[in-house]
Amino acid sequence: MRSRKGVAALVAGLGLSLGLAGCGSGGGADQTTTLTYWASNQAASQEQDKQILQPELDKFRQRTGITVEVEVIPWSDLLNRILAATSSGEGPDVVNIGNTWSASLQATGAFTAFDDATLAKVGGRDRFLASSLASTGAVGQPPASVPVYGLSYGLFYNKKLFAEAGITAPPSTWDELVTVATALTKPDQQRWGLGILGSSYTENAHFAYLLGRQHGAELFDGDTPRFDSPQMVAAVRQYVDLLATHEVVNPSNAEYLNDVQILSDFAAGKTAMVMIQNNAVANLRTIGMPEADYGVVPIPMTDPLPAGGKRVNSHVAGVNLGVFANSDNPGGAMTFVEFLTSPEEQKILNHAFGTLPVVPDAYTDPAFQTPTIETFRSVLADTAEPLPMIPQEAQFETLIGAALKDLLARAASGQPVDDATIHDKLATANEQMKSAG
Amino acid sequence: MAESGWARWIRRAVITALAVFTLVPLYVMVSSSVKPLRDVQGPFTAVPSTITLQPFVDMWRTVPLARYFVNSAVIALGAMVCSMVIAILAAYAVSRFRFRGRGTFLTSALATQMFPGILFLLPLFLIFVNLDRGFGLELFGSRVGMVITYLTFALPFSIWLLAGYFDAIPRELDEAALVDGTGPLGALFRVLLPAALPGVAAVAVYSFMTAWTEVLFASVLTTSETRTLAVGLRAYATQSNVYWNQVMAASLVVSVPVLLGFLLLQRALVQGLTAGAVKS
Amino acid sequence: MSTAADVGPRPARRRWSARALPYLILAPALVAELAVHIVPMLVGVFMSTLRLNQFSIRDWVNAPFVGLDNYVSVATLDSSVAAGLLRSFGVTVLFSVLAVLGEFLLGLAAAVALHRPFRGRAVLRTLFLVPFALPMFSSVITWMFMLQRDTGLVNTVLVDWLGLTDERPFWLVGQNSFVSLVVVAVWRTWPFAFLTITAGLQSIPTELYEAANVDGAGPWRRLFSITLPMLRPVNTVLLLVLFLWSFNDFNTPYLLFGQAAPAEAGLISLHIYQSSFVTWNFGLGSAMSVLMLLFLLVVTVGYLAVVNRRRDNG
Repeated sequence: MRSRKGVAALVAGLGLSLGLAGCGSGGGADQTTTLTYWASNQAASQEQDKQILQPELDKFRQRTGITVEVEVIPWSDLLNRILAATSSGEGPDVVNIGNTWSASLQATGAFTAFDDATLAKVGGRDRFLASSLASTGAVGQPPASVPVYGLSYGLFYNKKLFAEAGITAPPSTWDELVTVATALTKPDQQRWGLGILGSSYTENAHFAYLLGRQHGAELFDGDTPRFDSPQMVAAVRQYVDLLATHEVVNPSNAEYLNDVQILSDFAAGKTAMVMIQNNAVANLRTIGMPEADYGVVPIPMTDPLPAGGKRVNSHVAGVNLGVFANSDNPGGAMTFVEFLTSPEEQKILNHAFGTLPVVPDAYTDPAFQTPTIETFRSVLADTAEPLPMIPQEAQFETLIGAALKDLLARAASGQPVDDATIHDKLATANEQMKSAG
Repeated sequence: MAESGWARWIRRAVITALAVFTLVPLYVMVSSSVKPLRDVQGPFTAVPSTITLQPFVDMWRTVPLARYFVNSAVIALGAMVCSMVIAILAAYAVSRFRFRGRGTFLTSALATQMFPGILFLLPLFLIFVNLDRGFGLELFGSRVGMVITYLTFALPFSIWLLAGYFDAIPRELDEAALVDGTGPLGALFRVLLPAALPGVAAVAVYSFMTAWTEVLFASVLTTSETRTLAVGLRAYATQSNVYWNQVMAASLVVSVPVLLGFLLLQRALVQGLTAGAVKS
Repeated sequence: MSTAADVGPRPARRRWSARALPYLILAPALVAELAVHIVPMLVGVFMSTLRLNQFSIRDWVNAPFVGLDNYVSVATLDSSVAAGLLRSFGVTVLFSVLAVLGEFLLGLAAAVALHRPFRGRAVLRTLFLVPFALPMFSSVITWMFMLQRDTGLVNTVLVDWLGLTDERPFWLVGQNSFVSLVVVAVWRTWPFAFLTITAGLQSIPTELYEAANVDGAGPWRRLFSITLPMLRPVNTVLLLVLFLWSFNDFNTPYLLFGQAAPAEAGLISLHIYQSSFVTWNFGLGSAMSVLMLLFLLVVTVGYLAVVNRRRDNG
C-alpha cells in the first residue's frame, strides 16, 4: 500500500513541479444554505431547461432559505462529469441520472442510499410509482436514487394515413401491427409502415430487452449473461424482420440515430407509425404536428405470448435523482429531493418537460388526464419492467445495441440475416459481456 | 521561370479539384444555415426554396454562444501565446545546440503524443482537483486550467516542427550574428525567428487550432461558465433534436474571426527567407 | 562526451553559461510536459495494473492490484474481446496510412500549385485553410448530414443527378463507413499539411530553382530533386504528426457514427473510450492505451531511424 500512497502524493505534489506556491484551501460559501444541482437536459435546449427550472428553484429558496445553483449538463457529458466527481469527491450535492445507470452508480458507493429512514424524509416509499421505484438500484438493496421524471414507450400512429387506408382501429397485437404496417407501406411513394432508430444502440437494446421478455428470455442468470438463448434469438429476429422480411421499415432507418429523424418522417407522413418514448409528444409539437393528428397506443404484443413470455412492452424509462454521499449539506439535499418529487412540483416540471409524473398523486391534474398520457401512464405502471439492475448495465446496452445495429445494417443493405447470424452476434456479445464482467 | 503549357494545366486542375473538394461541404453549411429547420431535415436541395436569416437570430438563444465564444477565444489565444514562447525557446535549444539528453527530450515529447488523450483525462482531472484541495489553485473549471492543458497539447509538435524549420535555415545566418557579438537569445529573436517567420506562423495556427477544436478534455474540465465553443456547439444537438441550421449558422459566425486571423497571418506565412537574405 | 555547443567561437568564461543555456531555455517546456503529460501518463500506466471499475473508482488509489491481468485479457487471442480488438487495430492502421497519404499528397499538391504567385492566390490559400478553422463538431456534423442515405448531398449527386447507381448506397453504416471516415478525416486535416508545407517552401532559396531552370530541369525534376529534399526536415515531422493524429483520432468516428461505430470503422480509440468511459473499466482501457503507446513508440523509433539513416547516406 505504501507505493500506492506514493502515487497519490506524487499526484498531489505536482503543484511543486509546476513551480506554483500554495496558499491554503479556500473556504466555501455557507454550507447549509447552498446546494449545487446538476440537471440533465430535458427540454429542447439547455437554456430552456434553465428557464423552466429557475422559477421552481426560486420558490424553493423562498420556502427554505436554501439557494440552489443549477448547472444543466448535456447527456453526452453527464456520465463523464459524474465519473469525475465520483473519483475526486468533488461534485454537486444533487444530480440527475439516467435511471438505467442506477445500479452502476450505486456500486461506486458515492451516492447516499435511500433506506427506509431516508426515504421517509423525501415522502416515503408510497409516494412513488412502484415501477419507477424499481429502477433505482440493485434488487435487495436500498435504492441509490429516487425517480423524478418518468418515461415509457408507446406506438404513435398517423390518424390521417390510417383513415385513408381504411384502417379503423390501431393494431392491438404484433401480427396486426405487421399487417397494418404492410398495408401502409408504399415504397414507390416514399412511404413506410414503421420507423425505427437503427443506429441508436440504446433504442436497439431496449427493444431487444422488451421483445426478449415477451419471448420469456432471462437476460441474466445471476451474474451470468444469457444473451444467446433461443428466446433472445427469436426476439431479435422479430425486430430485425420488420426491416428484413416484412420490409415495412425504410432501409435508411438503419442509419437513423436521433429521435428527430424518425419523428420528422412521421410528421411528414412518410412513416405511418413509430415506437418511441413519450417525450416525443413535446418533440412533435416543436416539429409542428398537432396532437389531434396522431394517436398513441401501447406497443402491441404477440398474442398469445410464447411460453414463459412476460407482458412487457416498455422498460421503466426515466430520470432519477441521486444525492452525493459527500455532500456538505445532506439535510438540504434531501429537502430539495423532497421538493422536486412533491406532487405540486411533479405536475409543473413533468408538464413542462413532457415527461410522466413518478408520483401517482400528480395525475389528478387535468393536464395529465389526456388519453395519450393515460396510455403512457398505464404502460409505465403496469407493463413496464426495469432494465437489468446490475452494475454492468452500460455494458449490456452497448453490446446488445451494437449487435442489433450491425444486424439491421446488414438487412438494410440486402444481406441475409438468418437465425444463425443472429445467434453468432448474440454469442459474441455474450462472450464480451462475460469477459468484461 | 517559364512554365510549360501542360504544367500550367495540371496546376489549374489540381487547384480546381481541391477548391471543389473544400467548397462543397462549405456550401452545404452556408445553404443549410439559411434554410428553415423543416427544409433542412428534408431531402437535400442545392438552392434553398425559402431563405431565412432566423437561424442566425435563434442561435444566440438556443445556446449561450457569445459566452462560449469568449471562453474559447481567451483560452485558445492564451494557449497559443504561451506555447509559442515556450516552443520557440525549446526548438532553438534543440536545433542549435548538441547537449546531453537532447534525444531523450525529443523522444519523450513525441511519446506524449502517442498516449491516447482519453486516458490521461482522468489522471489530469484528479491532479487538478488535488491541486485545488492542497494549494487552493483553481485549475478545474477555470480558463487558466484549460490554457495550461492546451498549451502542453500543442507543445511537442510545435517544438518538433519549429526545430524542423530552424534546421532548414542555414547556420551561417545566426552564427554570423553570434560572431558579431550578439548573445544567443539575440541571435534567436533578431535573426533566426524573422527568417523562420513562415514556420512560426504555421505553428501558431496549429497551436491555436489545437485549443480551438478540442472536445474531450473541455467536456470534463470546464463548467457551464467556462465551457468552450468546441463543446458548446454540441448543445445544438440534443438527445431528441438537431438544430442543423443553427449549428451551421453558429459555426460560420464563430469561424469568421478565426479566418480573419488566418488572413492576417498570410503575410507572415509567405514572407521569410528570400533569395539573397543569407549574408555569408 | 557533452560538447558544449557548436554555437561558434566564444570567450572561455562564457562556457559555463553556454553549456547551461540549452537546459535553461528547455526548462519551461520540460516542466509543462511533465505536469500535464508525463505524470498523468505514468498514473495511466499505474492504472493499467489495477482492477479499476465502478466498485473501486471512488477510492482509486487503493483499487485492487492485479499486475498484468488487464494485459492478459487484452492479449488472450482466443477470446472474442481480443479478436474484436485485433480487427479494430487493423482498421486503425489502414485508416491511418490512407488518411496520412491523402492528407500529405493533397497538402503537397496545393502548396506546390500555389507557390508561384498569381492573382487570387491569397484567397485560395485562405479558402484551403477553412476546413482547419472550423470547429471539429461543425465539420464532422456537416459531413454526417451530407452522407445521409435519403437526404444527403452525396447520394443526391451520385444517384439522382449522375445516376451512377440505382440503389442508394449507405455511407454511415456498413462497409462504406470506412470510406466516409477516411474522406472526412482527410478533408479536415489536409489543410494542416498544406499550411506546414507552404511554410516550408518559403525557406527554399529561389536560386536553386533558377539554377535548375538553366539546366533545363522540368517540373517533376524540380519537385523531386529540389523541393522534396529541401522539405525533408519539415516533412519528416509532418508525416509523423499526421500519423499519430490519425491513429489516436477519436472525435471523427465518434461524432460521425455515434457511440456504436460500425465495426468497419471502429478505431481503437473508440474501444478505449468504450471501456474507460462507458463501462468504467479503466484498468482495461489503460492497458489498451499502454499497448498502443508501445506500438506507436516502436513505429516512431523505426521511422526516425530509417529517415535519419537515409539522410546520413544522402
